[in-house]
Amino acid sequence: MTLDILLLVSAALFTLGLASSLLRRNAILVLVGIELMLNAANLNFIAFWRFSAHPEAFTGILFVLFSIALAAAEAAVGLALIISIHRFYKTSNVDRIDRMKG
Amino acid sequence: MTPVQIADQIFVLIDHWLIDQCPTIFQPIVAAILPVVVILGLFPALFAFTTVLERKGLGRIQNRMGPNRTGPLGLLQPVADGIKSLTKEDTVPRAADKIVNFLAPVVLVIIVFLTFAVVPVGRNMVLANLDSGVLYFFAVGAATELAVFMAGWSSRNKYALLGAMRAVAQMISYEVPLLLSATCAVMIAGALSTTTIVEQQARYTGIWPHWYVFTPWGFGAFILFMIAALAESNRSPFDLPEGESEIIAGYLIEYSGFKFALFFLGEYLGMFAISGMGITLFLGGWSAPFSFLTWIPSYLWFFAKLFAIIAVFIWIRGTLPRLRTDQLMNFAWKFMLPMSLIVLVDTGLWRWLTPGAARWTITSLVVIIPYIVLGRAAGSGKIEKRSYRYAT
Amino acid sequence: MTFALPAIFAILTLAGAVAALVLRNLVHCALSLVFAFAGLGGVYISLGAQFAGLAQVLVYAGGVAILIVFAVLLVRERDEKQDHTTIRWGNLLSGIAVSTLVFIALARCILSSTGLHNAAPTAPVAEIREIGTMMMSVDILPLEIIGVLLTASMLGAVIIALKEARR
Repeated sequence: MTLDILLLVSAALFTLGLASSLLRRNAILVLVGIELMLNAANLNFIAFWRFSAHPEAFTGILFVLFSIALAAAEAAVGLALIISIHRFYKTSNVDRIDRMKG
Repeated sequence: MTPVQIADQIFVLIDHWLIDQCPTIFQPIVAAILPVVVILGLFPALFAFTTVLERKGLGRIQNRMGPNRTGPLGLLQPVADGIKSLTKEDTVPRAADKIVNFLAPVVLVIIVFLTFAVVPVGRNMVLANLDSGVLYFFAVGAATELAVFMAGWSSRNKYALLGAMRAVAQMISYEVPLLLSATCAVMIAGALSTTTIVEQQARYTGIWPHWYVFTPWGFGAFILFMIAALAESNRSPFDLPEGESEIIAGYLIEYSGFKFALFFLGEYLGMFAISGMGITLFLGGWSAPFSFLTWIPSYLWFFAKLFAIIAVFIWIRGTLPRLRTDQLMNFAWKFMLPMSLIVLVDTGLWRWLTPGAARWTITSLVVIIPYIVLGRAAGSGKIEKRSYRYAT
Repeated sequence: MTFALPAIFAILTLAGAVAALVLRNLVHCALSLVFAFAGLGGVYISLGAQFAGLAQVLVYAGGVAILIVFAVLLVRERDEKQDHTTIRWGNLLSGIAVSTLVFIALARCILSSTGLHNAAPTAPVAEIREIGTMMMSVDILPLEIIGVLLTASMLGAVIIALKEARR
């Protein structure tokens, strides 16, 4: 398993997340895309940590741990926002949430 | 080796001997598969025995005899139940989501079997001596909620969905006290590996063991862990999601025949797994309670403790009434979470103070006083004396 | 063996991500996302970062995925058929074009860098004790900040999702 294969997998995952954020019309699936992008970045960190010259410094792992915690917090707040918006607009389709009022 | 050691390690010796009988090419595969086969055979057999034990025990608590028709004392009842569930028609609702409907019991049973890998049932008898065994157990165990949700949602039934959402809400609420009280034992043992935690507890001062349950913080953490374990496996008094009289088996409504039996199996095995983890963390795993009893083999002690805990669970099921959803959420967030945080702080105090009588009194007070205060404060109003009215 | 195991989990992850992108039914998307997260956790474990892999399974597959599933259930439209949303073909093409361009740019950067084709050095052993020591000594500031951030986000999520009091 060489480093470039892992980085290609991470780039593919990032692209899939980006496509999900851009193409899907449901607000929750946009958030799913953002989570996939964050996961791709985490994979990058772990890949570089594994192939680095000084792997005994656990910076890669610690960064990934903090990133996982951060992503979980952000998913919670994002989903709370979507639920709250749904209460007003009665829909979660991003094309129909097109007013600033309310 | 002395006869006591041979009796203790007999299964390990049989395992090594069987592996040596195979040709060298197959030895790694057989070495990996043999303990798995043992687990796959042993724990479902234990499940079959527990179903009889539970029905007879509940019957006796409720002043009736349990099943006594099939076999002597009703001991062949699991065989009858197995034949019934295998030959029943497997109904799938027409509007159901077939793939998810099929996968839900499969995922549940797979995950529960995976969690058995880090529970040490005896000295040198653990399937996978992972460096982070406790974390693995809780990480894999968190996926049982997904299986429950899949079961409830795929039935396309309002009541099934309601039961599934309630079950998942209950499981995620009780996961926090479960993890926090497990962290107390991990803090004192200094390792996440289950074998290390048991070895730390297998020491004796005089005749008394170093089990964590015999310390003030360990006792509090053990009680919290066991209550959270009851809630995680959806057992009485927390079985509203599958209560038979409220919501007619909740998320399991549309399942029949073998899939229902798989759910039943998964639930009981989950109970065994989490009791096994509780025994490992707090009750000293496979170690004997007194130092003069160490000649009894270690696996016998583990299963004796497991049976004791199962008996207590059956007793609780027969005695306590079911909790409503809001009552159990209140209990989780307003009592168990603060209590588990206080026990965590108490564990740190135990580690920090010098050993002696002062340490015991201070840590006991730190556990007992908040328990009394929270217990009174979390109660919703006064409980009045019941007034009976007779037809006079 | 050192190639096969991360490769299997990587394929599982990509399959889960593609399924989350393509499937019509929202709950199916959320469930395939669980496969993606679990696969990624498997990749981390097979690369030697056991703590990160298990934390990924615990938090993402056991927490965030369930959160997403709950949100999908709470935000359903009145009419079931509304889950199948259509998209105009112009938007679809431009979205696919942008994603493909991003992937091509990243892949060119990766494939044209030197020194990335080496075999793996010896696997480092990530002792949990050392990770804990580092977290408490060198990285104590990010730990405290994450604590404050988690508390703030929990309070924020509850306040945002609370129903307003009826007057």
